Amino acid sequence: MSIDKDTARKVAHLARIEVPEDQLEALAGELNGILGFMEQLNEVDVDGVEPMTSVTPMRLKRRADVVTDGDQQDKILANAPDAREGFFAVPKVVE
Amino acid sequence: MSGLNTLTIADARDKLRSKEISAVELTEACNAAVAGSDALKAYSVKTPEMALEQAKAADARLGQGDAPDLCGIPLGIKDLFCTKGVESQAASNILAGFKPEYESTVTTKLWDSGAVMLGKLNMDEFAMGSSNETSAYGAAVNPWRRQGSDAALTPGGSSGGSAAAVSGDLCLAATGTDTGGSIRQPAAFTGIVGVKPTYGRVSRWGIIAFASSLDQAGPMTKTVRDSAIFLNAIAGHDAKDSTSADMAVPDFEAALTGDIRGRKIGLPKEYRLDGMPAEIEKLWADGADMLRDAGAEIVDVSLPHTKYALPAYYVLAPAEASSNLARYDGVRYGHRAKLQKGEGIHEMYARTRAEGFGPEVQRRVMIGAYVLSAGFYDAYYRRAQRVRTLIKKDFEDVYASGVDAILTPATPSAAFGLGEMADADPVKMYLNDVFTVTVNLAGLPGVSVPTGLDSQGLPLGLQLIGKPWEEADMLNTAYALEQSAGFVSKADKWW
Repeated sequence: MSIDKDTARKVAHLARIEVPEDQLEALAGELNGILGFMEQLNEVDVDGVEPMTSVTPMRLKRRADVVTDGDQQDKILANAPDAREGFFAVPKVVE
Repeated sequence: MSGLNTLTIADARDKLRSKEISAVELTEACNAAVAGSDALKAYSVKTPEMALEQAKAADARLGQGDAPDLCGIPLGIKDLFCTKGVESQAASNILAGFKPEYESTVTTKLWDSGAVMLGKLNMDEFAMGSSNETSAYGAAVNPWRRQGSDAALTPGGSSGGSAAAVSGDLCLAATGTDTGGSIRQPAAFTGIVGVKPTYGRVSRWGIIAFASSLDQAGPMTKTVRDSAIFLNAIAGHDAKDSTSADMAVPDFEAALTGDIRGRKIGLPKEYRLDGMPAEIEKLWADGADMLRDAGAEIVDVSLPHTKYALPAYYVLAPAEASSNLARYDGVRYGHRAKLQKGEGIHEMYARTRAEGFGPEVQRRVMIGAYVLSAGFYDAYYRRAQRVRTLIKKDFEDVYASGVDAILTPATPSAAFGLGEMADADPVKMYLNDVFTVTVNLAGLPGVSVPTGLDSQGLPLGLQLIGKPWEEADMLNTAYALEQSAGFVSKADKWW
């Protein structure tokens, strides 16, 4: 599997990272280098092997479904680049 | 009084309790060392006033006679830990100016123990790197230099600022985090001790996430005993981290008897790499001899999937990072890109992330997005998860055969020069983690112990890998190794 310029553009979009058109070729080359390194994994026989989802066997704890926190609007907005009237402000979403 | 900054935690604890020194004196010595250390770029933020306030409170507590071990001990905190009201940026421009409204669990435990914060420590951006060179602050510098050279060397990464600060006596100890070797590799490069606990031993809450199934915080200290004391303070279950283990935490310091008679130590043959420097070979063999002389039995073991650990890691860690770093969108905190007329929220997201993330972080986020994308998920991500199962099983088989711990080199080389890898393939930098990354994939505890110097006078370390939840036994073996090696060298102060 190899990444061409179009795939690089698609990957950059998936990652929501703006990459100028004239840098896509170089990006594709870099990503191919890393993916080439990963190709070694194809040598491993993984038939019947379970994918690891938790490195230590543990059962997630449960707790009562109740509100345990809240009433801190000011703190939550304190680091926002743009906060107005108790909300996060963003550029127009719908035309 | 001068030179107090060079104390170990254990010695400082005793002197504080006997009133030979005060926490304020100790903190002033450290503040002065930090103030004079700009050439090392170890600290991204200095908090000397806060440190003095904490030291005064510690002295009051010490006066009452029931102070915990870390009461009055000045520490540096890796920039990955959220500290209330103090910039916490993960060495990234995308978190420029971010001042958390909350405190991480690890640092909360440290301050509750009476410890003192000297400032925040430099690191690779979002902990992605092995040389500190991906930091938005510029790379921290290793206090060590090659004999007869003034070339700046890397302190390693990602916890490079922590390693430089501990090694250069700019604090008594520091926090680090380790996702693929980020505590153990910099510890080895700077002649200090670094511990990566078992996954789940230490709460991850409030630590800026890189790869959540691999990240674990741990101590970076001058001695094994200091690491044991430090780990006592930060280990334990936390309801705010669902992956933290709800199990009893032993007294790690009390386990340091130095008696390792009858312990079985494995040497994995797959860690003998082609082209490994003879000095590293010798360091490893010498370490095995030291443990044998201390009464341990040395056996050869096999971890057959070792060579697949790095490629599996470089699928899994970027995949998790691409999800974790999706939150940096310019809305809730940190940097937001300026827009041109007519542009909207989509341009804001993509430009904010292009401006805020450095090249290595961008690379990993994109690799992660690719291996998780439809059509490639099974071929890359799912396969890497399967290989991870096999890597963990390798260790389980070795431990089931009666082996108590595994001895390996910590790094494939001594510290290299800053800029030396600038033109290298990214994959070449990844090879720094070849001996450490298996431990994260298997969720095991590991410790790096300085045991010698190379021909250029640079420190080298050995790694001990323990059984899950057996940090106490692992640290005792590390303590025996430390006693035998007798590593006491320090970098000559040039900064």
